[in-house]
Amino acid sequence: MALAQPKTDALEARLAAMQMPEGGWSALARQQALARLRKMGLPTRRDEYWKFTRPDTLVQPDAPRAALFHNDEAPLFGDMDRLKIVFVDGVFDPQASDDLALDGVTIDRLAAVQARDAHWAQGLYGTLESRGQSPVERPLAALNTAFATDGVLIHVTATPSRPISLVYHHSDTGSDAILHHVIRVENGAEVTILENGPAAARFNKCIEIDLADEARLHHVRAQGRDHKRRAATHIFARLGRESVFKSFTLTMNGVLTRNEVVLELTGDDAIAHVAGACVGDGDFHHDDTVFITHDAVGCESRQVFKKVLRNGATGVFQGKILVKAGAQKTDGYQISQSLLLDEDSQFLAKPELEIYADDVACSHGSTSGAIDETALFYLCSRGVPRGEATDLLTLAFLAEAVDEIADEALKAEIVSRLEGWLVRHRT
Amino acid sequence: MLEIKNLHVKLEEEDKAILKGVNLSVGPGTVHAIMGPNGSGKSTLSYVLSGRDGYVVTEGSASLEGQELLGLEPEERAAMGLFLAFQYPVEIPGVGNMTFLRTAVNAQRKARGQDEVSAAEFLKLVRQKAKELQIDAEMLKRPVNVGFSGGEKKRNEILQMAMLEPKMCILDETDSGLDVDAMKLVSDGVNALRDAGRSFLVITHYQRLLDHIRPDIVHIMADGRIVKTGGPDLALEVERNGYADILAEVA
Repeated sequence: MALAQPKTDALEARLAAMQMPEGGWSALARQQALARLRKMGLPTRRDEYWKFTRPDTLVQPDAPRAALFHNDEAPLFGDMDRLKIVFVDGVFDPQASDDLALDGVTIDRLAAVQARDAHWAQGLYGTLESRGQSPVERPLAALNTAFATDGVLIHVTATPSRPISLVYHHSDTGSDAILHHVIRVENGAEVTILENGPAAARFNKCIEIDLADEARLHHVRAQGRDHKRRAATHIFARLGRESVFKSFTLTMNGVLTRNEVVLELTGDDAIAHVAGACVGDGDFHHDDTVFITHDAVGCESRQVFKKVLRNGATGVFQGKILVKAGAQKTDGYQISQSLLLDEDSQFLAKPELEIYADDVACSHGSTSGAIDETALFYLCSRGVPRGEATDLLTLAFLAEAVDEIADEALKAEIVSRLEGWLVRHRT
Repeated sequence: MLEIKNLHVKLEEEDKAILKGVNLSVGPGTVHAIMGPNGSGKSTLSYVLSGRDGYVVTEGSASLEGQELLGLEPEERAAMGLFLAFQYPVEIPGVGNMTFLRTAVNAQRKARGQDEVSAAEFLKLVRQKAKELQIDAEMLKRPVNVGFSGGEKKRNEILQMAMLEPKMCILDETDSGLDVDAMKLVSDGVNALRDAGRSFLVITHYQRLLDHIRPDIVHIMADGRIVKTGGPDLALEVERNGYADILAEVA
């Protein structure tokens, strides 16, 4: 079916300003992604999948401006022993980055190697994104594959001694960045990937992750605190037999964030946990959209999303578990909850289960609530001031999501950032 | 210590008077008991004194060591030395018992202009006091009151009291939900805290708690007022004859 004229016009307006990088091995994948995009068009509010989140500013030709956020805090993950790869407004910063050599891993930058004739990432770049386009279209991911200017290609063959830390600085108030990463973890290998920072005024990021049998990947990210920044991110992951994928996202501030996570459990007994904690005050719209497909026996998936909202902030959760015929012994869990600190904020949730196997255990729940006044009085009656007591209860609410971070040091770092945010946003 | 004068209280949500002129004076180092039938206003009195929302004081006053209480925030009253042991201690998932205790102790110290207790010092103190109340380390690690039995919750209240060292302790039906052994344990905990500078107001339906925590003075409360005051014998009279006789006598 041909696209409606307004969709074609919007797409052409967007594409007019864009240039596809010259590519060797990646050229075909980029052309195919562009062809996918031309069939889909860019999202509009009338698309069912974008019912709760206005995509206008994510698809318009120019990025709306976003002021830079300054603070005196120590950089996140700053004390950790890590391999740091820094992008400023989506442009690689070699001075600020570490040497990309690390035992057990080969790391290439997309922009540096894409003109070559062949690369190990060739079979993956755009492939997982393409698989993730069905049954639901994700045009911004196709746009990303076609036009990404850079990214990192990480091939993990053993277990590196340090996490790989992607740092995204924002320095130009009008920057519009598109990055695309590919990660392949080989049989039995294990890696931790960290991401943090706002990246740009508008950031479109895609990560494709391919986990071989018994591979493990831990992912912790913190999205930047610039109030007016916008981000549309996608994670596409394919999980092999007995592989483990664990991802946690912290979002504090940001006028618009849409994080899509698309997971395919294709090997038996794989485990996928995806969690998020977000705190928003005022002009804040945060959307977690998750689609998990169980296509193997005995897999476990777990989604835990918690949102703290105040002063008109909006939280969105669209989460789906699809259990294909034959995916017996599936254990699927999904919880999305919001803590509304006033009556102006809202939480929109659309949990979905679609099950075609008969021997599975799937549960989902979604709630919206206020601070428990009885608990608050109890704490205050012991001498804890109301603000501090509210923070304690708020952190307790977020704990189930934060506890998904297995590494204690990383968890402590994330909790301390949340504590700081709550103190600054006390009424 | 605690002076309550002609206290009138109604519910915020509806125009219903609960306390209709309570007068009570608790001297330093004394234990007072308030007994009374259901709905007499005993629990309301404890909530109003500790600053819970939902009540409106229409007349009268309440002060602790000469300082007016009503109108202060609950945490300010706590820092002044007021403590309420809840009839139904609240479960708080996600907040560790230890974190809660340390936060409370340090918040009160801060409000009084004292230095915070070091983590090591605090740990030592809490372990010692917990041991006396037969609270094991596992209970300290768990979220506040979550999964605690009725007895464990009440012992946890007494542990908080022991850590916070208040001047004026109000025990709201601390005996409810306790078996005989648990009541003994909780009472021993309370008795260990009896001190010349610390007063207690023990609210209860039954005389049996007062076998363990011996009061100096017993008050009978009915329909929002204290209708009779006497010595420990008054509690025995209630146990023998019920409230009906006493209420008939004062009517």
